[in-house]
Amino acid sequence: MDFSWVFTYWPLIAAGALQTILLLFISVTLGFVLAIGLALAQVSGPPWLRWCAKAYCTCLRGTPLLIQLWLLYYGVGSLLPMIPGLRSSFLWPIVREGFFFAAVSFTLNYAAYEAEVLRGALLAVPKGELEAGRAFGMTRWTLLRRIWLPRAIRIALPTITGEVVLQLKATPLAFTVTVMDLYAVAYKIRQDTLLVYEPLVVVTVFYVCLTLIITRAFRIVEMQVPIRR
Amino acid sequence: MQTSLSIFELLSPSPPGWGGVLLSGAASTVMISLGAYVVGILIGLAAAAGKLKGRRAVATLLDLYTTAVRAIPELILIIGLYYAGTDGINRLLSALGFPPIEINGFLAAVLVLGVVQGAYMTEVLRGAILAIPAGQIEAASAFGMRPWLRFRRIVLPALMPNAIPGMANLWMSVTKDSALIAVVGYQELALATRLAAGNTKHYFLFFLAAAAIYLAITVASNVVFGSLETYFRRGQPRAA
Repeated sequence: MDFSWVFTYWPLIAAGALQTILLLFISVTLGFVLAIGLALAQVSGPPWLRWCAKAYCTCLRGTPLLIQLWLLYYGVGSLLPMIPGLRSSFLWPIVREGFFFAAVSFTLNYAAYEAEVLRGALLAVPKGELEAGRAFGMTRWTLLRRIWLPRAIRIALPTITGEVVLQLKATPLAFTVTVMDLYAVAYKIRQDTLLVYEPLVVVTVFYVCLTLIITRAFRIVEMQVPIRR
Repeated sequence: MQTSLSIFELLSPSPPGWGGVLLSGAASTVMISLGAYVVGILIGLAAAAGKLKGRRAVATLLDLYTTAVRAIPELILIIGLYYAGTDGINRLLSALGFPPIEINGFLAAVLVLGVVQGAYMTEVLRGAILAIPAGQIEAASAFGMRPWLRFRRIVLPALMPNAIPGMANLWMSVTKDSALIAVVGYQELALATRLAAGNTKHYFLFFLAAAAIYLAITVASNVVFGSLETYFRRGQPRAA
């Protein structure tokens, strides 16, 4: 095992780690917002909206993320230049990057899984608490903001931790669409130095550390909720 | 020339259509998944037994295996195991004085995915076994059943209802994880699709078709696992 290359490649590794964390952060935050909408649509929306949200979740949970990513990158990506005016607009430098497609497909995919978790959590909120809120004269929106959603998120918190870790483990797929994330950096180092295992080992340690940090952070968040056991 | 073909011509099973390529890719996806699933169940059963009944050292080792596999991204695991596995076998062969062999891509894919599945399966089966009331197993022992008979008659039928939902989830994830095998260059549905799309430049159409095939596999599996669950839950009181 030879790890002397770490000293020459560390700026690249750091940049890769930043890309991975950025992808994770974007997909989890935006995906979570989308998931709230999807879960609410399934729990209390009108039938057509409920059906649409259900179909969305089934389709995105039923197909591999790799295919969704390639569909967006190769499929939609090849159609985008046909939109008149897009190539000359300020959006083009963002829209032509693999990072954009990776972020979009990870967000959509994460939202589908998260919506399913939140749907269960929304249904698990005790009826009495919602009725108490209504008895206080809360409007639907206030009830949602103050009681229903916070309670549901607390119930779902352990599962959300798991989902975020799963999402972290999905991010290396971005390397297939030319994003220089942590895994892509390892791939490049392997090609440069002809070392087979060492770059993979270093990157793996990074991912495991990130996993530990995520679980630790969510445990701290969980501790903020006063529960009697 | 190629671009003048209609959608139906592009997806037709015979050349110049690419439907046949996609379907054979789908077949190998299903075969890889089935193989990996079976390997995963075997590993899972053995590792769950080791974790529950084995010595301290064995249990610690198995703990390391399940934790490591579940903490490392699948893509890295698959690539690492693929190269380390084929490389290791060839080194072993050369150390024993045999010429190196070309490892069958299908077999390598099945084993690599199976090792990943095994870690998750271990936890599912361990949980399912722990959920069996201890009295049932003690009763079986009191009747003088040997461990194997006890496993076959008491433990297995009792653990299946608990394990089926988790096992269904794992089947869904292995059918989708098998797409990652495309990255190491074995031709299954995902790689076949990329070939077809790259050759015809109809990226959107072919990736959509592949997504539809994966979705069909998932939906069909849902039906199968649904009926399996009702079968294994026969005789149990219905949930309120």
